[in-house]
Formats: sequence, structure tokens, C-alpha cells
Amino acid sequence: MAPSTDSNVKDENSQVSYKKDINTKTGRILQNKKHSNDIFDVIEYLQSEKDKEIIFATNACKRVFCQLFYRGDLYVGDLPQEEELMSGDRSAEEKYRIFMRHRYNNCVELLLENMGHEAFQVKEASLCALMKFVEAEGKHPLQNLDLIEHYIFPRELLRTLVEHLLSTEEDMSLLISRFQEFLEMDDVRYYVMSSVRDNIYRVMGRNKKAVIPVYQNNVYTLLSNINVPSQGSKMKHFLVKQAYRPEEWKAGKLKEHKRAFEQMWLLFLKFKLPSSMYKKILVILHESIMPQMSDPTLLIDFLSAAYDIGGAISLLALNGLFILIHKHNLDYPDFYKKLYSLLDPSIFHVKYRARFFHLVNIFLSSTHLPAYLVAAFVKRFARLSLTAPPTALLILLPFICNLIRRHPSCRVLIHRPSAAEEPCDDPYVIEEEDPAQCHALESSLWEIKTLQKHYHPDVAKAAMKINEPLTEQEEEISEVLELSTFELMERDLKAERKTIPLEFDTATELLKSPREVLGVHFSLE
Amino acid sequence: NRKPTFSRGLSDKVRKSKAAPEIQKNPFEVKINRKKFDVLGRKSKHDVGLPGVSRSRAIQKRKDTLLKEFRLKDKNNTFIDRRFGEYDSKLTPEEKILQRFTLERQRTQDRKDMYNLNEEEELTHYGQSLAEMEKMTDVIDSDSDSEEKGLLSAELTATHFGGGGGLLRKKSAGDEEEEHKPRSRQELIEELIFKSKQEKRERQTQKEEAQELTEKLDQEWKSIQNLLAHKTPKAERTDETDKPKLDQYDMMVRELGFEMKAQPSEKLKSAEELAREERQRLQTLEADRLKRMMGDAEEDAVQTNTHVSADDMNDGFILDGDDRKTLAYKDGKWNIEGEEEEKEDEDGDEEGGEEEDEDDEDDAEGEDDEEEEGEDDEEDDADEDHCDLQSDEGSEDEDGQGAEEEQLCAEEPPAVSEEQKKAAQEAARAELPYTFPAPESYSDLKQLLQGHGSEQQRLILDRTLKCNHPSLSAGNKAKLQKLFGFLLEYVGDLATQNPPDLRTVSALIPQICGLCQMFPEAACKAVQTLLSDSGHSMEETLEVKGRAPMPDLDMLVLLKITALLFPSSDFRHPVTTPAFLFLSQALTRCAVVSLEDVCKGLVLCCLALEYVSLSQRIFPELLNFLLGLLHLTVSDKHNMGTAVCVCVCDLHREILDAIPEKPSQHAPLVFKKKKPIPLKLFTPKIVQILDYGKKRGNTKEEKERERLKHKYKREFKGALREIRKDTRFLAREKLSDVMSRDAERKRKVKELYGSLATQEGEWKALKRKNRK
Repeated sequence: MAPSTDSNVKDENSQVSYKKDINTKTGRILQNKKHSNDIFDVIEYLQSEKDKEIIFATNACKRVFCQLFYRGDLYVGDLPQEEELMSGDRSAEEKYRIFMRHRYNNCVELLLENMGHEAFQVKEASLCALMKFVEAEGKHPLQNLDLIEHYIFPRELLRTLVEHLLSTEEDMSLLISRFQEFLEMDDVRYYVMSSVRDNIYRVMGRNKKAVIPVYQNNVYTLLSNINVPSQGSKMKHFLVKQAYRPEEWKAGKLKEHKRAFEQMWLLFLKFKLPSSMYKKILVILHESIMPQMSDPTLLIDFLSAAYDIGGAISLLALNGLFILIHKHNLDYPDFYKKLYSLLDPSIFHVKYRARFFHLVNIFLSSTHLPAYLVAAFVKRFARLSLTAPPTALLILLPFICNLIRRHPSCRVLIHRPSAAEEPCDDPYVIEEEDPAQCHALESSLWEIKTLQKHYHPDVAKAAMKINEPLTEQEEEISEVLELSTFELMERDLKAERKTIPLEFDTATELLKSPREVLGVHFSLE
Repeated sequence: NRKPTFSRGLSDKVRKSKAAPEIQKNPFEVKINRKKFDVLGRKSKHDVGLPGVSRSRAIQKRKDTLLKEFRLKDKNNTFIDRRFGEYDSKLTPEEKILQRFTLERQRTQDRKDMYNLNEEEELTHYGQSLAEMEKMTDVIDSDSDSEEKGLLSAELTATHFGGGGGLLRKKSAGDEEEEHKPRSRQELIEELIFKSKQEKRERQTQKEEAQELTEKLDQEWKSIQNLLAHKTPKAERTDETDKPKLDQYDMMVRELGFEMKAQPSEKLKSAEELAREERQRLQTLEADRLKRMMGDAEEDAVQTNTHVSADDMNDGFILDGDDRKTLAYKDGKWNIEGEEEEKEDEDGDEEGGEEEDEDDEDDAEGEDDEEEEGEDDEEDDADEDHCDLQSDEGSEDEDGQGAEEEQLCAEEPPAVSEEQKKAAQEAARAELPYTFPAPESYSDLKQLLQGHGSEQQRLILDRTLKCNHPSLSAGNKAKLQKLFGFLLEYVGDLATQNPPDLRTVSALIPQICGLCQMFPEAACKAVQTLLSDSGHSMEETLEVKGRAPMPDLDMLVLLKITALLFPSSDFRHPVTTPAFLFLSQALTRCAVVSLEDVCKGLVLCCLALEYVSLSQRIFPELLNFLLGLLHLTVSDKHNMGTAVCVCVCDLHREILDAIPEKPSQHAPLVFKKKKPIPLKLFTPKIVQILDYGKKRGNTKEEKERERLKHKYKREFKGALREIRKDTRFLAREKLSDVMSRDAERKRKVKELYGSLATQEGEWKALKRKNRK
């Protein structure tokens, strides 16, 4: 039997020939135990150069071994070594089974290897085949187990599968998203979660807690695809049905799921993460992770660490912290102080500006905050507004006005009739980190006064409001939170105007006008 | 004294007639309506009523009106006594009889005359003699007719017809009586006849005379008619030829008379006056601009359009920037010779003049810059910036020093250059055709302009504009509006070419400006679309990639042109406000990755500065960008040589010098002083009392409507009630009629029976007697 010679020789016929070859061989294997050696050839195809051959062979293997599982032709129990096969006194039937079991193991190994193949189709086919084996093993366990103590599930196979899925070298996000369909099954999800946990522990421990971006990205992709159902009654979708007391099976309990989910995430977050990963996690944290955990307060370590990092990550961590403080009664010392120190010009340019302002608005909505604190925030925002783009200013100015409305004691910032008229230095200290020490209450909002001369009419109008006593009604800022510059531009572009004023100094040249600046510094050509 | 004539309005008359005499206040008649509550200030009309009296009054009224109408129902004929003086209370019965008698006699007299053939008796109809009427032609019209009527009515009718109006009759009769009482009746009658004949004769002669006169008048009219009307009837043209001399003269006179009087024309303005007007115009425009800058007059309709129409709209001549400049220049000179130089426009003009002078220098500088750039290319960006700054300052200093000299020699150089220009233009004109069709598409325009020098392109455009001026044809407006869009596109293309052809762009600016002045709306739309397109694409790239490249040169040129065309100092402007936002977006979100980007960024900064230079507004993004650039240089400093470091240090020192020593101070803010709100006063609320109960409706119309509705309802109810009462009254009357008729009948029957019975009794008694 020369398996691959003919396929190597004739390339043009190869497509037909390898299919025919594999088909005939699988047929023979299943028909007669005499031809069981053909399995070698089929398995060998799994190492072929050509993607199509591998895929076809994978499907063939899947078929063959599933059939064997069904027939019970695979050896059950502790597998003896292949070398010992001849020595022991076993029946031919038993020998055949041991042989086949060894081939099965070979096949699984190859398939796991193929999950690291460069072609996605190969990976996908291997994954599907392996999941099929998982299902088959679940129905026809290969180990002799005490049914009362253990529920049947091929944990070992799934564990190795997950291990290969969470590669440390390769980005497996596509395959993981394919894997998501299996995660719909409750038992698969449960065991995947526990094996992911083991895997993270082992891999990160091996790497001495250093950052492994590729691996962590894979883990994140897998983790973010895991969704625990909201109700226990929905847990009825299993890959492997349990015959014995299914109601006590851990994989069927919501509580266990939540616990596993929580442990898995906590373990993942325990290790150091790359900063982009922080952002990714924090963006989905409050929506898809926290509600599924049994005890979200355990995230406090992670969140406070993230909050201390600074920059955009801190801004994002705010959201999680807010939920913990708001819903889980968490006490966070110096929260406002930290929030205060978060405010720097970059907040106007980050992607999450809208979310940040939404949260800050909530944090500062309490009327029980001390006046000095609110004044410090107001003053800081005002100072920052001097560098802000118009879209941010349209959020910021009403926001500042709202703060002053909520805290009438801060009105001195815009109205101090008792003071003498002569100008003085601004007592506010921008460098001071502590809102209590920055003398904000003694200052005035001259920044807003400056912005009354802003080039954009809407901004200037918004800034004009501090000239007169503020109205009682707070301004709604939620609709301007998502405003982009182009939308702002369109407001003017689409506005109907009756007349269009023109420049009356008719120009004669490009760089010649009464107030030429460009022409002074640059010339044509 | 007059028999009551029953007409339709009878019941109304009764109602209007004075009510029955004052009701005696019989206490048994009075019914008092008890009031439940006393309401202050309410006057009720119905607290005391006299039901019996009012009922009887109503019945009486019905008897007077309704009953009478009922009785006269279906009886159309009435008897009216038409005898003479029947209703005249002033005549005594004797006089009445006498008058009637004379009338009677006269009538018989007339009848006798009928058979007298010698005398003509005129038959009349409506007081006009029938003979006359038959003779009558159209010539005698209503005027004379009425005259005759007057004559007739006075005496003749009175004599001929016994009837006639009583009053008139009475008067004439009275007169006659006074005069002719002593004369006998015969005489009187003869006199009457004589009079009437005389009158008739007179009238006839009058009539003839009138006819003659009208005919004469007609003829005369015909002779004049030609003069009055422009169009003479064809028949009369022949007459015209008969007397041509007179007509010609007449016509001449008339023509002169009707000719438009020469209006006193405006005095030809002297240069001075023109300059003053120009200055005034500029001042108003400047004031407008400042107003718009403050944002007060945002919706003010007063626009710069006026100045466009003042200049060029009608005559198809686009005011060139050049000649205006010379004009303004004179103006400036004049003012220097005078005493005051205050207004901004003059300053502007002077600057303009200087700039022209500086042109050469500028060019030189430009070359320098180029060289420097060449050297600098591998050097640091800030260095370049710095060099620019330095050179600018240098030139500015020069300006300051040599300003006077330049002004002295300013008179000649422009003239010379203009001559040269003219010569060049002349040469160009020789080659180019004089008319161009307006391009229908962008490619047309491109074909038209490509392959020509920048000066020629300007000429081509100029001629195109003049050939297709909107005043020449209706479709030209749309064509030129489109042309503006194409021009912008063309300019963009010129800027994106490699190498960019900015000289041509610069040369085309006056045409673009002119077009913009002609069609502000179209220009605004065109620039807006370009801005929004590039703004949109930038936003998209930002969303997809997270960073966007700096805008290209065409965008920079467009922004610059925007600043030239539209006032960037306005508080809100449909074009410049978006342009501001575009600048801001470009300065904040665009990534600076190369030296080219830095350069573009600096151009943007200059533009931003130019935009806000008049309005003195704050542009935070500009500061941010410059700070960012400085940070870039500092981080690079360690890698670069010390030369750069020195430059940066110089720059640093200069900037520090520019910033005042003391940090700026701020007065504490105070709200604007506001008029205190007056206390609420408890003035009584004045409510209009309406003639119906509840107050409904808010607006005046609604209230009026409600009032009318209410009134209608009440009237309707009242009318219904009245009608019911009427029918009841009528029924009662009918019943009483029937009853009385029956009673009468019964009585009569009884009577008859009685008489019969007595007859019978008598007869029987007689019989019995006889038998006995």
C-alpha cells in the first residue's frame, strides 16, 4: 500500500484521486476490520501540504471515528502502551480496539496541531472535528468512571483544545469567533471556563507574570465571547446529556456558571495587561462582565489599579467604579480627589469624551458635595476650556453653568459684588492636586469671560450666560455629548439665510487683503 | 285724516307708536320677584313686574296689528278716495266745493275743444307732445327734454289735467285766485289759451335755434378733432390734406407742449465729491460689518447688496480693483494734505498702496524664502518657522522706516507698472478673441483656460463675464452662477497640480470676487459644498483611521479665498463659521508627521489669525497647535545640532519678550447691572362685562362669536314664544268669531220662529174668528 505516491505524481488528477482514495479507504475501514491499517494512510493525509486534502481527510477521520465510537470499537479504560500490545494476552478484538484507540489519539493530536495551521479552513475543520469528538466521547466515555461521583464529560480533550485555541504565538480571534457557536451549549461553556482558568494560571505562571499580548488578546477574545444566560431556567442546551441526576450537575446550575465566570475573569485580570487590553476590557466591563458576575465587588482591585494608571484608562475605569459605588455600596476613599486629578486637556480629545462627561455629570450631581470641591471642579473645567475645541466647549459651558446652579454657594465664581473692582491675580492654583487646597472659591471664572470672544457663535453665546443671573432650569447636556465637529458645521451649512454678507473690500490678489497675515509669512510658489 | 292703508309694515308701525299711557301703579297689579341673594353692584331689571298690565298691553297690540292683518287676509282691494282736496285739512269745505266745480267745468270745456278743428290741440304723452316726439331726432337730447318737462309741469299740466298732485295744484290755484278774481271766467280761459300758444311758439323757435347751433358745433368739432386725436378716422384724412400748413404748425406746437420737459440733471461730481461719497459708503459698510461682528444685527436685512448695485449691476461693467485703488489713493492724498486721517478705510487704502509698492520686495523676499526653505528642508521645522518670523519682522521694520520714502515715490512706480501692464494686455488682446461663450461644464472651462498664461486667463474670464452679463440675456445668470462653481474647482485643480500654479490662482481672484459680488447666494452655496465635502471626508477618515492627514493645498487656497470673499469677522456667517470649524478640526485632529504637515499647519495658523484679526476673537486650537509644535521641537532638540538649539533659544527669548512681564490680572466677575423688577401691585382686575352670562373664549373674535350665538339663541326663543302667543290669540279670535256668528244665527232663527209663531197665532185666531 503506497498511500500518497499517486497523489504526488499526478497533480492534475490529484483532486479526484485523493477524494477517491480517502473515500475508498474509509469505506474499507468501516466495512472490515481487516483493512484497519488503512487508517494510517487517512491520518497521514492530515499532514498533507494541501489544504483541501487536509480538510477532506479531517472530515473523513471525523466520520470514521464517530462511527467507531458508535460501535464501541475504541478501547475503554487506561490505555496500554502500543509496544505492549503484542506481549499481553489479549483477544484479537481487544487488540483491535487498543490499536484503534491509539490511532484515535494520533488523529486528535494531529487535529490539535492543525488548529495552528495557517489556512483558516483547516483550522475550522479541525475545530469542528474535535468538537464532534468531544460530543462522541461524552456519549461514549473512554474512561471507566464511577457514575455516581463523576458526571461524564471529556474534560481532558476540551482542556487540550482550549490550550491550543489560546495560542501564545498566533492571533486566533477568527477561530474563537467560530468557536462561539459551541459556547452556546451550557456544559461546553462551563467546562471551557474552568479549563480557561487552568490555562491562564499555567501560562501566566510559566511566563512569570510578564505581558504576553498575543495570548492575552486570544484569552480576551474568548472571554468576551462567553455569555452566561441571565436565568437558570434557560440552561437546557447541552452537548452531552447526563443520564444520572442531571439536576445536580454543576454545568446545569447558573450559580456555578457565574462562579466559574467570575473566577475566570478575576484570574485573567489579576495579571498585568497591555494598556490597549485595559481599554478593551473597560469598555465592555460595565455592560457584559459585571452583571454576569456573582460578586462584582471583587473587581475593585482591578478597577482601582486601572483608575490609578491615568489617562484614558482612568476615564474608562470610572464607569465600573461608578457601578460599584452606586449599586454595591462600595466606599472609595479620595474618589473626587482622583477624579479631579484626572482632568487634563486630553479629556477633550479622547474617544470616550461623551461617556466621561456623562459620568462626571452624574458624580457631581449630588447637592451634598462641599462647595470648595465643586468650585475646584468648576475652576478646573474652566481653565481647561481655554484649550478645548468648540464641540467640547458646547458640553463644558452648560455643564459648568449647571454645576453653579446646583451649588448656589459657588455663585461667587461668577458674581462677587462685595469685592473691590480692581483686578488681582488669580488665586487659583492649577498645579495643586488637592481640590481643598487650590483656592478655587476665591477665584473667578475669567476663562469663561475670555471665551465670550470665542470665534464660534454658539460657544460665545453659551459663555455669555454668565453675565446674567443663571436661570433655575438646568440645561440638558445629553444631546450635545455626541456632537461632532462636522455636525456642528452642518448646522450652519444647512441653516436658511436670507442674505449673505460679503466682504466689501474686493481683493485683487490671493495674498493681498486689508488684514493679510498669510501673505506676510508666506509667498506664492 | 287719512284712511289707514294696511300694508306689510303695519304691525311695525304699531309697535313703534308710543306705548299705552303710563300704567297706574295699582298695588294689586304689581308682582314682586323675590331675590335669593343680594349681589353688590348688580342691577336687575326684573325685580318688579306688572303681569296683568303687560298681558293686556300685549293683547291690545295684537288686536291692533295681528287681528287687523287677519281680518284683511285674502282681501286685496282697498278703496281710496281720490277726489280733489279730500284729505286736505286746510281747505274749507266751501273752497273744496268751489275748486271741484271749476275743475269740472274746465274738463267739459276741454271736451268741447276736441271738436274745434281750427285750433291745434296737442296730444301729449307723459307731458310731452306727441307731435314733437314724432319729429324728434337724436340731436335733441335729454337736456332740452327736461327743460320742457319743467315748463309743462308748472302750469300746463295743472290746466290740462284736473288730477295731479294736490299740493302743486293747490299752490297754482291759490295764485290764480289772487290775481284773477275780478276777471270773468271766460277771460281767464282765453288768456290761458293765448299763453299756451305763445309758449308753444317760443319753444319751437328755441328748438330750431338749438338745432342750428349744434350742427355748427359739429362742423367745428370736426375741424379740431384731427388735432386732438392722434388717429384720425380714415374719412377725415382727406380733410387733412386740405389744410396741411395749419396742421403742421399745430402739431408742432402740440408736440412741443406734450414733449417731456428736460429734467435738471445731477451736477457732474468732482473728484472730491466722488471720493467723499466713496468714503461714506465704505464707512457705512464698515459700520455694518462691526454690527454683524457684535452679533446684534444678525437678522438685519440691510445688506451690502446696495453697494453692488451702486457700482455695476446695470451697465455690465465690473468695477476693477485697480481703478478704485487709484481713486482711493487720491482720496488718501487729499486727506493728508488736509488735516485728519482717522478712518479705517483710508488706512486700508494706504496700506494697499504700500503693499503695491512692496510687491517687488515681497517677491524678493519670496525668493529668499525659497532659498531658505531649500536649505532648511533637512533642518528642523521650528527653525523654518523662526526664520519666517525673523524675515517678517525684518520686513515690517523696513516698512516702519521707509514708509515715508515710499509714500513720496509712490506716485510714479505704480503708473509705470500700469503702463507696462497695459502694454502687455494690449499684446494679449491682439491674440485673443473678444467674445467667449459661457462654459457649460467644468471641462469646457478647463479647455477655455488651459494653455494660456495667467494674465491671459484673467482676460479670457473677464471677457466671458462681460459677454455673458446677466443684463444681456435671461439665461446668463444661471450660466455665470455655475461658472463660479467651476472656477472654484479650477482653482482647486491649479493648487493640486504639481507644481501648484498659484500665480494663476492669484490672477483669477478679481474675477472670482466679481462673480461673488454678483451672485452672493450661488457663491455661498458653492463654497459651502466644498467645505462640507472636505469636512465630511475628514470626519470619515478620522472615524475609520483615528487620524487624518493635513488638508491639501487646494483646501488651504479655498480657505484663503473664503477669507477674501466673505467677512470672517461676522458673529455668525453661513460660510465663515463652517470655515472656522474646518480650521479648528484641521488644527486639532490632523496628524503632523512630516515637515510638509508642519508647513501646512503654519499656513492654517496664519489663516486662523487672519480670520480673527479684525474681530479679535480667541482661537484656542491655534495656541494648542503652536504649543504642540514647540513640544515637537524640544523633543527633537537633543538629536539635532546646536545651531537649531540656538535658534530655538532665540525664538524662546523673543516670545518671552513679547509676553508681558506680569501675569494678567482679572477683576472678579459681577453680573451685569439689571433693572430691578418692580413689586407686584394689587391693582383690581378689570373684566369686561358682557351681555351674556359666562365669559367664554379668549380672543376677541371668539368672544364676539359667542356673544352673537347667545343673542341669536335668545332672539330665537323670544320669537318662538311670540309666535305661539300669536297663534293662541288668533285661535281665540277665530273661536269667538264662530261663537258670535252662531249666536247671531240662533237669535235670527229664534226671531223667525217667533214671527212665524205670531203669524201662525194670528192666522189661527183669524180662522177661529171666521169660524165663529
